[in-house]
Amino acid sequence: MSDTLHIQHEVASHGHSGEPHVHHQKETFVSKYIFSMDHKMIAKQFLVTGIIWAIIGGLFSVLFRLQLGFPDQSFPILETFFGRWAEGGKIKPEFYYALTTMHGTVLIFFVLTAGLSGTFANLLIPLQVGARDMASPFMNMLSFWLFFAASIVMLSSLFTQTGPAAGGWTVYPPLSALGLASQGSKSGMDLWIIAMTLFVASQLLGGLNYISTILNMRTKGMSMTRMPLTIWAILFTAILGVLSFPVLLSGLVLLMFDRHLGTSFYLSDIFVAGQALPNEGGSAILYQHLFWFLGHPEVYIIILPTMGLASEILAINSRKPVFGYMAMIASLMAICVLAFLVWAHHMFVTGLNPFLGSVFVLLTLLIAIPSAIKVFNWITTIWRGNIRFTPAMLFAIGFVSIFISGGLTGIWLGNSTIDVHLHDTMFVIAHFHIVMGVSAFFGMFAGIYHWFPKLFGRYMNNTLGYIHFWVTLACAYLIFWPMHYQGMAGMPRRYLDKSSWVSFSQFHSLDAMITIATIIAFSVQLMFVFNYFYSMYKGRRVRSQNPWGATTLEWTTPIHPGHGNWEGEIPEVHRWAYDYGKDGRDFIPQTEPVGENESTH
Amino acid sequence: MNTSIVSEQQHRRLHPHKFALWVAIASILMMFAGLTSAFIVKSNQSGWRTFVLPNIFWVSTVLILTSSLTMLMAIRAFKNRALQQYRRILGVTFLLGVAFVICQVIGFEQLWNNNVQFKGASGAGQFFYAIAGLHAVHVIGGIIALLVIFLKSITGKTKSYDAVPVEVMGMYWHFVDLLWLYLMIFFMILG
Repeated sequence: MSDTLHIQHEVASHGHSGEPHVHHQKETFVSKYIFSMDHKMIAKQFLVTGIIWAIIGGLFSVLFRLQLGFPDQSFPILETFFGRWAEGGKIKPEFYYALTTMHGTVLIFFVLTAGLSGTFANLLIPLQVGARDMASPFMNMLSFWLFFAASIVMLSSLFTQTGPAAGGWTVYPPLSALGLASQGSKSGMDLWIIAMTLFVASQLLGGLNYISTILNMRTKGMSMTRMPLTIWAILFTAILGVLSFPVLLSGLVLLMFDRHLGTSFYLSDIFVAGQALPNEGGSAILYQHLFWFLGHPEVYIIILPTMGLASEILAINSRKPVFGYMAMIASLMAICVLAFLVWAHHMFVTGLNPFLGSVFVLLTLLIAIPSAIKVFNWITTIWRGNIRFTPAMLFAIGFVSIFISGGLTGIWLGNSTIDVHLHDTMFVIAHFHIVMGVSAFFGMFAGIYHWFPKLFGRYMNNTLGYIHFWVTLACAYLIFWPMHYQGMAGMPRRYLDKSSWVSFSQFHSLDAMITIATIIAFSVQLMFVFNYFYSMYKGRRVRSQNPWGATTLEWTTPIHPGHGNWEGEIPEVHRWAYDYGKDGRDFIPQTEPVGENESTH
Repeated sequence: MNTSIVSEQQHRRLHPHKFALWVAIASILMMFAGLTSAFIVKSNQSGWRTFVLPNIFWVSTVLILTSSLTMLMAIRAFKNRALQQYRRILGVTFLLGVAFVICQVIGFEQLWNNNVQFKGASGAGQFFYAIAGLHAVHVIGGIIALLVIFLKSITGKTKSYDAVPVEVMGMYWHFVDLLWLYLMIFFMILG
């Protein structure tokens, strides 16, 4: 218990060296639940904020899908929600852009970056490497509160007179740089930039902490190659974030200059409503380079943590060691390096030099190799395993399946010649929603179902979990599979009304089907949210310390660990994290010394 | 004081706070790398306008280089437990930092009066304001941190001989110094 106090003390007062740490700090409601420095509480804060954002972002997609699926109908519910933005129950085109922009921003950054990494990095790093808390619990708390502030600013932009940012989640100039250009480029855009700046600061503080905790604060015996793959994945995620988010920030700073100080970083020769603007010599492509230098690593920031979570869950629930542990690490590292070298594949149609384009094609297609290694290793991990089909395991298997489906279309889009045809069509929407959106959500759900007992000392309801899995899987394919065909037929993304194209009228009923599937998928997610909060208070209690029979350190803590995680000494680690089904034993915890007659792996 | 989070075995390694700062430095460097590479890309396009760096930026360069030197001396004084000397030199470092920022602002004004302004055509000057401005913001952050540890050394009720916070401060200060040197050379050659 005294160690618990040490941590709080370390943060609270620098410079009281050598004093015996005896004063007992009483935990108040505020210090325990709000301004908490306990990594486990911060993880829960990230998760709950992420869930709220996911409901908002998901609801947006349901509402604009209503309009896309049934373009001739009017929906009073839209007017109820959006007022004058949807007069007569029909979404206005400007507001449709705002909705898709916010849907993308919210889900990519606020849910699948902060909600996902924030939750699992905070929860798992100290617990799995054997540390009492993060390297700097104070910075960790600050990271959450900056994220929260970013959330408030982004949320407030929804309620401004001119509406939220509406230039797509990538906020390309000149649209985003000129308030004159559209409603969504006025104050909503400023709030977007401010929110993202706060968000980047939050990510940097978080990432710093994750990296230095993993590299510096592992318990005795926990060498790097004894770490669970979750921690490796989070480490690479944090490195990606720390090195790429600042570049986005630099792009946004220049964007702010262009918006408010009249500079011409991105603007040149522009006419708005017949009026020539004084800006000269700027280049909108410059912004795209800066943006995608973050933007591409960002998709790996989203997917890498779920790769780690899935690796862990697949091994535990097949009662087999993860296949190719070192290959898993090497492929994570390869993805991490390549992530920085492929950004221009988002820009094949910007007039990029075709030679440069072919270099980026090559580098992009190289990512298929480490991805394929990972997929192969996941499949061989569960091959002939003693599979326990818990909801977490189903979601982890689903993650692998969806990742394959989405990854294969990546090979299409990575080729610049095919991309020229498919760029800005529904094919792209289908590709990245499957490979990055749905599969990341599957990994996240797997993680939540699996570590819920550690978070709250209770289990989530299994039956609801199975329904959640099967319906979500079916709906994910029903929604996104047809979009591939739409895209190949040339149907553009970001268009509200396609009625002027006769050739797309064949897709009316398909669009209606997608919308119905979206509504079903969304309601099943609400059921998951219900399951989450219900199980928090009423779920089946966890009775044993190690309910899944896992080897890793988090299951050596008490069922309800206090701040400091372990009562008494931090356990020492003697082996890697994947001794399942070894020497006739179901599993051997990492804390058990290697026996004399034990076989080597 | 950090005995609680730093175990015996970890003492031989780099202190976590120092390590975290190294990562943060890498992160800040990426931002400036992004900006200066944007500058290079843009400078190859037509309609690019260059500018002449006012001489006052040499003064500020000397000031910040000197402040790095005094920072080194301050850390040495701290380690020698010469507290009076430490406070005095830390105060000098703080003043040099403030003088640096003032010189930058004067330099910006001179540049502005030389008709290098925000409005209209793009050019090196606009990048200079943005990049050197962001650098100044990082220096101001350092100045605030200097002020905090300076005040702590005066009002602190307990004596601390732990050099880590001071060393972390020093690392950051040298970083913004070297960063300015890089920017200065960058703009001299390409501006």
